[in-house]
Amino acid sequence: MIPAAVDYVRPADLGEALRILKEREGEAKVLSGGYSLLPLLKLRLAQPAILVDLQAIGGLDGISRTDDDIRIGGRATHRRILEDEGLAAVLPIMRDAAGGIGDPQIRNWGTIGGSVAHADPSADWPAVLQAVRASIVLRSADGERVVPARGFFIDTFQTGIEPAEMLTEIRIPLPAPKSGSAYQKLERRAGDFSTVGAAALLTLGADGRIAEVGVGLTAVADAPFAATHAEDALRGARPGDELFREAAAAASRQSRPADDAHGPAEYKRAMVTEMTFRALRAALGRALA
Amino acid sequence: MTAETELQTTPEVGGMGHSKKRKEDPRFIRGQGEYIEDVVLPNMVWMDIVRSPYAHAKIKSIDASEALAMPGVLAVITGKDLEKAGLHWMPTLAGDKQMVLPVDTVMYQAQEVAAVVAETRYQAADAIQAVYVDYEPLPVLLDPFEAMQPDAQVLRPDRGPDKQNNHIWHWESGDRAATDAALAASDKVVPIDVYIPRIHVASIETCGCIADFDPVRGHLDFHVTSQAPHVYRTVISLVSGVPESNIRVKTHDIGGGFGGKVPVYPGYVCAIVASLTLGRPVKWIEDRSENLQADSFARDYHVHAELGLTDDGTITGLRVKTLADHGYSDAAADPSAFPAGLFNVITGSYQMPQAFVEVDGAYTNKPPGGVAYRCSFRVTEAVQTIEQLVDLAAREVGMDPAAFRMKNFIRKDQFPYHTPTGWDYDSGDYHAALQKALDMIGYDDLRKEQAEKRARGELMGIGISSFTEIVGAGPSHTFDLIGIKMFDSAEIRVHPTGSAIIRIGVQTQGQGHETTFAQIVAEELGIPMDKVKVEYGDTDTAPYGLGTYASRSTPTAGAAASVASRKIREKARLIAAHLLEAAPDDLEWTNGKFTVKGSPDRSKTIAEIAFAAYTNHPQGMEAGLEATDYYDPPNLTFPFGSYICVVDIDKATGQVKVRRFVAVDDCGNIINPMIVDGQIHGGLTMGFAPALYESITYDELGNNQAGTFMDYLIPTAVETPRWELEKTITPSPHHPIGAKGVGESATVGAPPAIVNAVVDALSHLGVRTIDIPMTPQKIWAILHEKGVA
Amino acid sequence: MTRQHVSVTVNGEVREADVEPRLLLVHLLRDVFGLTGTHVGCDTSNCGACTVHVNGMSAKSCTMLAVQADGAEIRTIEGMASGATLHPLQQGFWDQHGLQCGFCTPGMIMQSAWLLARNPDPSEDEIRDGISGNLCRCTGYVNIVKAIQQAAAELRAAEAAPDASGTPAAAS
Repeated sequence: MIPAAVDYVRPADLGEALRILKEREGEAKVLSGGYSLLPLLKLRLAQPAILVDLQAIGGLDGISRTDDDIRIGGRATHRRILEDEGLAAVLPIMRDAAGGIGDPQIRNWGTIGGSVAHADPSADWPAVLQAVRASIVLRSADGERVVPARGFFIDTFQTGIEPAEMLTEIRIPLPAPKSGSAYQKLERRAGDFSTVGAAALLTLGADGRIAEVGVGLTAVADAPFAATHAEDALRGARPGDELFREAAAAASRQSRPADDAHGPAEYKRAMVTEMTFRALRAALGRALA
Repeated sequence: MTAETELQTTPEVGGMGHSKKRKEDPRFIRGQGEYIEDVVLPNMVWMDIVRSPYAHAKIKSIDASEALAMPGVLAVITGKDLEKAGLHWMPTLAGDKQMVLPVDTVMYQAQEVAAVVAETRYQAADAIQAVYVDYEPLPVLLDPFEAMQPDAQVLRPDRGPDKQNNHIWHWESGDRAATDAALAASDKVVPIDVYIPRIHVASIETCGCIADFDPVRGHLDFHVTSQAPHVYRTVISLVSGVPESNIRVKTHDIGGGFGGKVPVYPGYVCAIVASLTLGRPVKWIEDRSENLQADSFARDYHVHAELGLTDDGTITGLRVKTLADHGYSDAAADPSAFPAGLFNVITGSYQMPQAFVEVDGAYTNKPPGGVAYRCSFRVTEAVQTIEQLVDLAAREVGMDPAAFRMKNFIRKDQFPYHTPTGWDYDSGDYHAALQKALDMIGYDDLRKEQAEKRARGELMGIGISSFTEIVGAGPSHTFDLIGIKMFDSAEIRVHPTGSAIIRIGVQTQGQGHETTFAQIVAEELGIPMDKVKVEYGDTDTAPYGLGTYASRSTPTAGAAASVASRKIREKARLIAAHLLEAAPDDLEWTNGKFTVKGSPDRSKTIAEIAFAAYTNHPQGMEAGLEATDYYDPPNLTFPFGSYICVVDIDKATGQVKVRRFVAVDDCGNIINPMIVDGQIHGGLTMGFAPALYESITYDELGNNQAGTFMDYLIPTAVETPRWELEKTITPSPHHPIGAKGVGESATVGAPPAIVNAVVDALSHLGVRTIDIPMTPQKIWAILHEKGVA
Repeated sequence: MTRQHVSVTVNGEVREADVEPRLLLVHLLRDVFGLTGTHVGCDTSNCGACTVHVNGMSAKSCTMLAVQADGAEIRTIEGMASGATLHPLQQGFWDQHGLQCGFCTPGMIMQSAWLLARNPDPSEDEIRDGISGNLCRCTGYVNIVKAIQQAAAELRAAEAAPDASGTPAAAS
């Protein structure tokens, strides 16, 4: 498997990268870690004219914290996210998800921005980012816009990124006190894409009821989505297995899985119920810890 | 207690039974192995292949003009080009024929349609996209049962007028009438249907070659990933007309074979034709998708079997009817007389009064095959069927599966045992192997734990497999490939200073021949194994042999190495007698030297004798110390073992977790225990893989659904169980060193242990059998249907 | 397409080449530099036979362009031994029969070296997870795990006694 001929440029700063994306709009493709893009190039499913490699651009791979949110650079690798203790302390879901992506080498090089922009319908980050109500920072030569993760994933391999835009940062609101988050991935074998992935963030109120909740699902629709029906069932209710089963069933009803090598739709719907239940339980455990 | 082969040599000599570190490893651990893709020849060019997107289609036209105009492109070869030279079809090892390149019809998705040769691999990859093929899709025929219907479309109209159907052959073994009568007289007949799906060996190195034809010398050097280089040489000579003396097949290091590197693939012939045309070395290395989609598959057997029983649980007979899906051509690598391989070893480890086995082969729009997947010619299919059936029978007569086996096993004193399908098992002690496995795993305690868990609604199962392998093909009265008898060979020369070289007709793909064959020579001649060089894989120098597959290296070439060594020893005796001025019969051979009986101080070591063979040999005797043996085995060997597997099943997801797996193997005498354990580890993993993960399926259009390692799920270190090994040792009575072969036993024995464990976990729900791979979705569907999930 | 100049440090030695931008790193190493110890097994970044270190991180060189590695430090299997002295992982794979056909071995050793550099005392589960991106078809992984355990112990001992003669270089 050999890529088709392509040009390559490694801009030194963001401005130059954005200028190239604008000049070569529609024929340039951003290259981050490469573990999503290179397979497409090798299978010749993508044949861009030029690759814009971000590796020389500083400041795109950090993880930082403001008073309101966590900011993760688009070029932060899964490895970096996996090993960030501070991040795991407030959002353990990030470690859950990062640790299950691909294999160790892929985690060394693959980036969150690359995964999100690539938008594989079975990718893990899109479900997580919708559960935690992240925002996505998109830059272009003409400016910056910040869009919610919910609504960003339009269809299989399709997002709200415009051709001349680049994903530069993910912003995740700092969870309120008494929050817990977890990601549960069902895979056929280590390193596989998800059969079903369920992400959950729970925040408990002073009364012990669920004050806020986010549930994201992957691999069970044309694009990862927020399981809003489950969230509605959970919000304001007292947490417990019975409630979680009901909410998980609602998530399952909202899913639209396809039959494929990972299993028939019926199996996947059942697994949405199970994985959502497990994610909610784990998130609750962490909220109470 | 570990069974061990008795040591006859010191560790320094390193004969049989010593876990010597492998002599081949220093190059591999330094990255200095030389695999086919590493070989670069001067002036070499690259070939790539245009493949069909359709599983069945007419080729209306092929337009290569754009590709031919691309930079670096040297040639585009199509079926019509080959037809001019009569090379568009080639024979298969199974006596069928397959297309090298199609002239008018493609028969499976990913079939070779045209070969493109260019100066670089990148140019060739670009050019295959510029070869435009106009296809007219035809209806696809994928189901072998449908293919056998009288009104089915005929996929191979090229066959004779009496063969205008999709029925390739019918093969049967045993006594039909006697078996029918035995089953009719039985108290109970237990039926089972087992589908053993299409899988792929998927060695981590794919296949590849370099065809290097020198037009001046008229000589073809063919570098290739082959498990059987001499057979390739003969086939290439027969197909191309180049004299065999002008063809050299060279293999280099091979990155795993497992049966997938036995067939001659169309790409090889294309590369040879390209080199003959261009007069330059042409390299072709298939990528993983080509490997998974077009190379020979394994298995694809639809088996229906019935076991007769008396009420007290005694087996009375076995009747088996099987449909084999061969794709569009029978490209199996089975011995000529055995279109279904050694499948009739299906009577297994049991006293079997009567048996009848019949198999029919069918054509479908799938790639041709089948080869073994680390298995001696369809033995895996046989073992899985009988071992599942025995478990089921035990359950139906209310017996524990271990007790049922113990009751029906062939007893130690019944060997050699003649089976109703015609095999003569050489030796065995099945009761001892199973007992050892039961003791190791703590069988009774596990059954108690299972009962407690079942009462709590948890799913846990215990599965046994007590297999008998049949390896070492084979005796010349019965076994040949394309007419060539399945002997194997060794040629040994002892040098003046006491070191030696052995050349063998078999071909390692990781089995460790450079070590184990040196150990056989060390055992027989007392030459330290470090000083024995092992060569193979170059047909200009190695003696003719049939190659390595079907666990045949040790039973055949290993025996040849032993016999050739003994021939040398007999000459050495004469030289020693000359040196010691004693009668040859007064000498005895111990510890690597000849000693005058009763005079322990009068002796000559093999090194001293070797020196004399060149410097002071007796007058009238030929100088030198060498021998060759072409070993024709008197019988096959029959390794065996008992495996026990414990599984836990996640009721919610259907995931099966192998908690423990105990393997007690008996492969006769052991040359190198470390290597034998390594073979068993690998074999178990390749039994585990298809039981739970691997299979090749097709969509309704005939598209391969597992064409990359993203979907062809080879187990990683995470899933692979932590194998627990033990041995018993029952030497083969007819093999010179009592060895039996071991490379494939575990692949053959493991799947039914796992299937039986999963079925055992679900048996209280009424589950009788589950087809592999036992994926989570499949298990969940069963649990869901039974109202458990 | 224009060719681009690539300069990399491979096993301590600066190597340069003019390459097509689409050239895969594994082909730069194998076809241009002749370092054929790094293998291609699957093309889809599943098997790990092509694993090398790029700036100290293990990477699948079939899923990286040569131009992406421009300026990087690369370590391959050929850079693991120092002269006649094998790296402890090489020794471990040999001693423990951690290889059979040898095709996955270079990638397996390079991934293990990365693992031990980050986790000098891994549990068996951590080892198995650490090599989960490297497929072996021959060994069933049992002896690979033992080989890595042997090397880990040796490297830890060397770390504890840095003055001992014959101390192998730390894996990185």
